Formats: sequence, structure tokens, C-alpha cells
Amino acid sequence: MCATCGCSDDAAVHSHADDHSHAEGSHTVVLEQDVLAKNDHLAGHNRSRLRDLGVFAVNLMSSPGAGKTTLLEQTVHALGASVPLAVVEGDQETLLDADRIKASGAPVVQINTGAGCHLDATMLSRALDTLAPARGSVLFVENVGNLVCPALFDLGEAARVVIMSVTEGPGKPLKYPHMFASTDLVLLNKVDLLPYVSFSVPEFLHDLRHVNPDARVVEISATRGDGLDEWYGWLRRRPDRG
Amino acid sequence: MHEMSITQSVVDAIVSRLGDAEVRSVRLEIGRLSGVVPDSVRFCFDVVCAGTSLQGAELEIDEPPGRAACRDCGAEFGIDDPILLCACGSANVEVLAGRQLRIKSVEVV
Repeated sequence: MCATCGCSDDAAVHSHADDHSHAEGSHTVVLEQDVLAKNDHLAGHNRSRLRDLGVFAVNLMSSPGAGKTTLLEQTVHALGASVPLAVVEGDQETLLDADRIKASGAPVVQINTGAGCHLDATMLSRALDTLAPARGSVLFVENVGNLVCPALFDLGEAARVVIMSVTEGPGKPLKYPHMFASTDLVLLNKVDLLPYVSFSVPEFLHDLRHVNPDARVVEISATRGDGLDEWYGWLRRRPDRG
Repeated sequence: MHEMSITQSVVDAIVSRLGDAEVRSVRLEIGRLSGVVPDSVRFCFDVVCAGTSLQGAELEIDEPPGRAACRDCGAEFGIDDPILLCACGSANVEVLAGRQLRIKSVEVV
């Protein structure tokens, strides 16, 4: 039987004026399946696995060069002695960022995506097998530097953080609305450079509210230290998106 | 370009459900607020299908419009742009439709 129109004549060549036709011997199978169902299913597994271990997993996303790795180095130096931390590094190639994190003293696993522009739930699952984060730790997942693709893929994280630097210029929340709409926290980085660049913090906040009325914003300088205590406070509170 | 992995997920899901059955066409639904570009999926489709039971299959894509409701003024409105602003000026908006990314059906031989 044709699953689309219900006609019983599936052996004959026939067509329908509305929206479909059959060649001889073919039939339609209705799937009604979410394209990302497999990823979301695996992300659910990652989420329960992390929750069972009491691990707070943070998906860190930004453009390349916004300061993710520098922020992580500072965070490991500041909190590493009191909170167990672990890092998953996502880049297309090289171990450069993983080497920096390792030097700062946190356990790290590097995932190279090759041509891929984002991490997915399978990649995080494999990284967890290798990294085995300690019970009660904070796990940072440094996603591939890209404001487009990572927004679409649930990894099983408890919270999402977007880092945006003032040197990137205005308009980013409106230009990349999917990324800014999906985040719990925005870290506005490199505020020490505000006197030297054309960037209006009030305009940025105004644009951000158009795509995400709820995200918390912290202004930071990962190199000079501004705002980092507030970032550490947020991490210690572990505000799980639920 | 995340459309390459999206398209790979489509092909993997179909092969996983239908095994070796020869697929003649695939119908997808890509909502206008989904963040996925239909033309990019079309571009990737032939490449990803090569050497699989979907090789040579046609791709049909429906693009259902977005719909949203304002939590402040209660208005419901159509929207095809991911910047979710109600006419009243509020961005406190719930998306009702347009984010779907689904494999609707396939035609198999």
C-alpha cells in the first residue's frame, strides 16, 4: 500500500495530481524522524552520565580569537586548587590549545574535528571516555571557534557560555542570533581595550536583548582580570539550565 | 558548514531505518527558524549519498514558516527571521513553529 495516499495499487505506475507520484514498484515510507535525533539521544546520555558524576559541564563557544583559551588558563590558575577542573578542547587541527591548558595544570583531551566546524555529542562521549573527569568537577568544553555551527548541536552540557570580545565589532548578536539566543551567559571579553576600539557596550546589550532577554552578561578582561571574580562565582554556583 | 553533518545525519538515519533498500527520493522539512540552509543541504546531498543506497535520489525540501507568541502582549505572529521581535517591541517571545528539522518520508524501490 502507498503510505502517502493509501491506495493499494503499489505495483502500477501511477501519479497523483496533489503532491506525489510512484514509479513502478516504488512506495513511500513515512519516517517523521528528527534529523538530530541521534545526536540529541547521545547528548541525553552524556547529560545523565555527567549528572551522575556530579560534573558541571559548560559548553564554551565564541569566534576564533575571542579569548576562550586565555580565560580557561586564568580559570585553572584561580580555581584549580579548590575545584577539580577538566577541559575538552575542540579545534580543527593541532594540539596548541591542549598544550596551553596542560601547562596550566588541568587534565585535557584534544578533539580535532578535521574539516568539521563544531563538536557533536558523539565526540564529547568519546572525550569523556578518555578524560574520565573527577567526581564533582567542572568540565569546560571549548568548542570549535565559530559563531554559527556549534549553536545547533546539544552536547549534553549543563550550561552554555558565549565569549564575545569588544574587538570583534558591534552587531554580533543580530548577525549570529542562533548562537546568542541559545546561551545562558555572555562573557564580554577584552573590556580593557574599550578605550581603543569603536564598541558601544549599551548598544551591544540592546542588540543582545533582541535575541535573548534572559542571558546573564559579565564584562571581563581575561588578561587584566576585570570581572573574573563574578565569572568564578557563577561557576561555583553551577546554574544548571535544567 | 554544519549542513554537511546535518545531511550526513539524514543519510545515516535513512540507511539505519531502511537498510539496503534503494531510495528514489527523500522529503525533508527544514523550518525557516531552524538555522539550517536548504540550499546548502541540497549542495551536500549528492556528495553524501554517493556510494550509498541513496545514490541518485532526489531531494525535496519543504520549508514551513515560523510562528511565535509574545509573552508580554499575547499576540501570535508569523516570523521567518531568527530575530524574534514582537510588533509591541518585546523580545520575550516563544517560538511555536519553524524550528523543525525532520525527515518526513522516503520513496523506496
